[in-house]
This record gives sequence, structure tokens and C-alpha cells, in this order.
Amino acid sequence: MSLPVVLFALVATVTAVSALGVVLARNVVRMAVWLLFTLVGVALLYFLLGAEFVGAAQLLVYVGGTLVLVVFGVMLTAQGPLRELRTRPADWAVAGVLGVALFGLLVTVSFRIAAPPPTDNPLPGPGPLGLSFLGVTEANPTGPVTGVPDGPPTPRTPVAYLLPFEVVSVHLLVVLVGAAYLARAKRRVRA
Amino acid sequence: MPDLWSDLLPYPWNVAAAGVVAAALLFGFVGVSTFFAIWAERKVSGRIQDRLGPTRVGPFGLLQSLADGIKLVSKEDHAPTAADRFLFKLAPYLAFCASFVGFLALPFGHGLVAKELNVAAFFVLAVLSSEVFGVVLAGYASASKWSLFGGVREAAQVVSYEVPRALCVVVPVCVAGTLNLNTIGTQQAGWFWNWNLFHDPFTFVAFFVFYICATASCKRAPFDLAEAESELVAGFHTEYSGIRWSYFFLAEYGSMFAVSGLAALLFLGGWHTGFLPAEATALLGFWGGNLLNVAVFVGKCWALVLVMMWMRWSLPRLRIDQVMMVCLHYFLPISCVLLVGVCLWVLLVPAGAAEVVRYGLAFGSVGFVLLMFASAFRAPPMSAPPGRLPGAWDGRPTPLGADASAKRG
Repeated sequence: MSLPVVLFALVATVTAVSALGVVLARNVVRMAVWLLFTLVGVALLYFLLGAEFVGAAQLLVYVGGTLVLVVFGVMLTAQGPLRELRTRPADWAVAGVLGVALFGLLVTVSFRIAAPPPTDNPLPGPGPLGLSFLGVTEANPTGPVTGVPDGPPTPRTPVAYLLPFEVVSVHLLVVLVGAAYLARAKRRVRA
Repeated sequence: MPDLWSDLLPYPWNVAAAGVVAAALLFGFVGVSTFFAIWAERKVSGRIQDRLGPTRVGPFGLLQSLADGIKLVSKEDHAPTAADRFLFKLAPYLAFCASFVGFLALPFGHGLVAKELNVAAFFVLAVLSSEVFGVVLAGYASASKWSLFGGVREAAQVVSYEVPRALCVVVPVCVAGTLNLNTIGTQQAGWFWNWNLFHDPFTFVAFFVFYICATASCKRAPFDLAEAESELVAGFHTEYSGIRWSYFFLAEYGSMFAVSGLAALLFLGGWHTGFLPAEATALLGFWGGNLLNVAVFVGKCWALVLVMMWMRWSLPRLRIDQVMMVCLHYFLPISCVLLVGVCLWVLLVPAGAAEVVRYGLAFGSVGFVLLMFASAFRAPPMSAPPGRLPGAWDGRPTPLGADASAKRG
């Protein structure tokens, strides 16, 4: 076995075991800790694949941001029914059927798609990724680092992903404003 | 680094050996730095408070950290009865791992990095931000109200300060055009006016905002609300003792060195002295150049860490609402303005004007620092003739008569 396969087996085992831990743990904070290991394991898989940017983004967004906020919220509300979660048999049945169905679908699809031919170029770095958002097809722009290319304008695909990306960001912003509105201090109406 | 081992070992093992050696070197660096940083912290605090600090153990008390370490190892390692044992024991290691992994992507010299990443700056930020997880878990798992308050404060503070800190990292990255720390360091080769700090007014301000936010996210005073001993006993580590307690401090000093190294690489020219016209390895050969590079980089880290200590013992602790207000009302808008400003500067300002501003900033700052040093050697202005008080108190009545002063003097 080659080194990448051994490393993949190691990381994948840890990720899968901690994912099971998330499901099987009773305490909400322990679930969050198992989820931490799962997310770090997924980030390690991205690093193994050479997708450093995606791995670091996974760490920053999910581990450093979302998960800390989850634990923060749990610590403030860790009383009553949330502290000890008991899963009912009906929930087990529904979740199990859905999980097995999803797993089967993914296995079928992943065996149907042939493995991509190995190339010398690893996954694109953040630069080409960002340019492809703008619809620029040229992966290595000749312009200086300021981002303004020299010479004739680079060819662009008709479909750029910038607009959908911005729409999603504005949607998230609206969600944030809505959450702040819902969680605001309620003012008492003067009689 | 795997290339160095490929002569000695076959393929998978040379990678493994290189990894083990890099990790051991970095662990040694973090451990030794913490050893001396704790001694320096006590010496600095002693001098600022007009004391001597540790003097007994070794010359100048240098081995004080060793004595502390022996005490900590031999202490009883216990957990509260109501604590969540598993999380309680796990938390210090989580905090330490997060601050240690950040060093993997920090270059100590030209190409002297455990793993050169294309997105090293982003990676270091991402990893350092997960150090908070250990602290929050420690606060929760201790089953103590003081610890829980400390953990909650830490979570709120660090998650907020991450935003301006990351925005300030983007400012020099906009100038450099890459997230690769090795490339960013190499771009600042040569004289000190090539440093990103002096590139334009926005990077100049961004350095200070970044440094303050980094201090806050290392939970150092004046932002050490997570362990505010006057209100919370010791905050998140109230219930910890022995070796687990010391892991938190290994993590704290490790992340201080990591953010200082990041600041040195992004703003202060990385491993370049600033007083050599080219890369040191090109002038002094492989060994001399690399040794000089590592020494300069570690020296810059130490200088920034010593300023953190100076701030800690000079400034009073803020209240939690003041900490949050400083971040959300001031640093967040300031860093957004800096980001937009640096983009406009790079795009719009003509090269000639940019050069003038660069030299002005560089020589102005160096002149300011030299003046500060010179003023330290000047005679103190607070002197008065016998029987009178100096400065603003001049003319006030004093019990110290002229004869008394004469007799004393």
C-alpha cells in the first residue's frame, strides 16, 4: 500500500468513528466534540487531496466559527431536555432508512463515475478558482498581481458564477439581519 | 525537506522521517520559547513593578521555569467530582494542538518551513482560531460557574476579534497578491523600506490593528477577560492543576509566538534584516544565510512577544462590554476601511507618489524609533531646585524643606 492510501485509511477511519460518535453520544456538548473531530477529519481529507484552500476554509468556517458558536449556544442553554438527548425508536428507524438509502445512492454513483485520469496539475489554487467565479477561462493571467491584466481582455465564458455567488451572500446577509431582528430585545409598547 | 532524507531512506519512510523531524524541531522551538518567555514575563513584570523578579534559580533566575515545571509535574492532577472527565482531560490538549499546528505553515527563513502551503496565511488563521475550542470546553467541562463564565467570555471575544484580525491579514495579502507566506517573505527582501509595513498608510495602520486584535485573540491582558482573576478566580483554568494547567500556558505562549511570527512575515519583512541589499543566503552562503534568517525571524517574534508583555503589565484590564465595543465599534469598521483603502491605493495611486509615501513612512518610522531610544538616555526633565517640587507640582507647598533636601543630598 502506498503512503496516501495508508493516510487516507487512517483519516477516514477516525472521521467515520467520530461521525458515529456524534450520532451515539447523549450529551450535546460531547456531540459537538465528536463533530469537531469529524470536521477536522474532513479538512485533513481535503489536505490529502491537495485542496489546501478548501481544507483551510473548512477549518476556519466550521471548526473556528460555526462549531464554537454551537458550543457557545449549548453552554447557554444546557439545561432541561437538551442536556440528555434520548432518541426514540421511530427516529432511529426513519434516520436509519434515510442514511442507508443515501449511502447506497452515493456508492452507486461513485462506482458509476470512472476515476479521473491522474494529471500532474493538482486541484486549482485560490487564484484560478476566484477567476473562474468571474468567468475568466484563462487559468494563469499574465497581468501583474494587482489583478488588472495587461493587453487585450481575457476571454470570459458567457456564464459567470459571480452573480449567483453574490445572490447567495446577500441571502445570507438577509438571514443574519432577520436573526438579529428576531433576537432583539423586545420593547414594551407604551399603553 | 523530504529531499534531504531521500538519500538515506526509501520513499514512504523519507516523508515520514522528514515529518517527524519537522514536528520535533517545531515542538522544541515552542517548548524552549515558552520556557524563556515565562522567565521573561516574570522579569518584565518585576521590572515594571519596581521589583527584581526571579533571581534565585540559576543565573538571573533563568532556570525559574524549570523549577516551575518540576513543581507542576509533581502536583496532583485532579478533576472536580461533577466535571465531565473526558472533556476535562481532553481540553488542554485541544488548545495546545491548535496553537502548535499553526507553526507548520510558518516559514522561519527562505524555504525553511515544515510544509509550504499555497494558502499558508489563511491556514495559520484558521488553525489559530480553533484554539478557542479548548478553552471553551475547559470552561464547560469544569462544572464550575467561574470556569463557565470564563469560557463564554472567551468564545464571545475570540469569535468577534477573528473578524478584524482576518480583514487586517487581507490588507498585506492584497499588496503581495498571494497567500503563500514564503512568497510574501521573499517579496520583502532587501532594505527595510521594502517591508509591507511601509508600503502605504493603510498597511501601516493595519499592522497595529492586527497586532492589537492578535493580542486580544491570544487572550492576553488587557483583553484577558477569560481568566480575569479579580472577578473569576482564574476563569477557564480555575479547576485545573498540575501538568494539564501548564498545557494551557504552553498553548498561550505558542499562539503568542505564532501570531507574532505571522505579523513579522506579513508586515515586518519576515526573515530579512532590512539592512542587507539582498537575500541573506545569496550573500553569506547556505549555512550563514539560513542561520542569520532564522535568528532574525526568531528575534522579530521575540520583540513582538516582549511588546505584548510590556502591554500586559502597563495597561489595566478592560471590562467585557468595553472589549466587545472596541472590537465591533472601532476595529471592525477601521479594518473594513483599510481593506477598501489598500485596494484603491494599489489600483489608483501612481508609482511615483507611492514611492514617496513609502520612503517617507519608512524613514519617518525609523527616525521616530531612534528618537524614542535617544530619549531614554536623556536626563529626566523632572528635576527641581531643593525645597521645590518638580513639573506640574511647582509652587505647591511641600514638607521637604530646603535644608532637609540639602542634608539628604
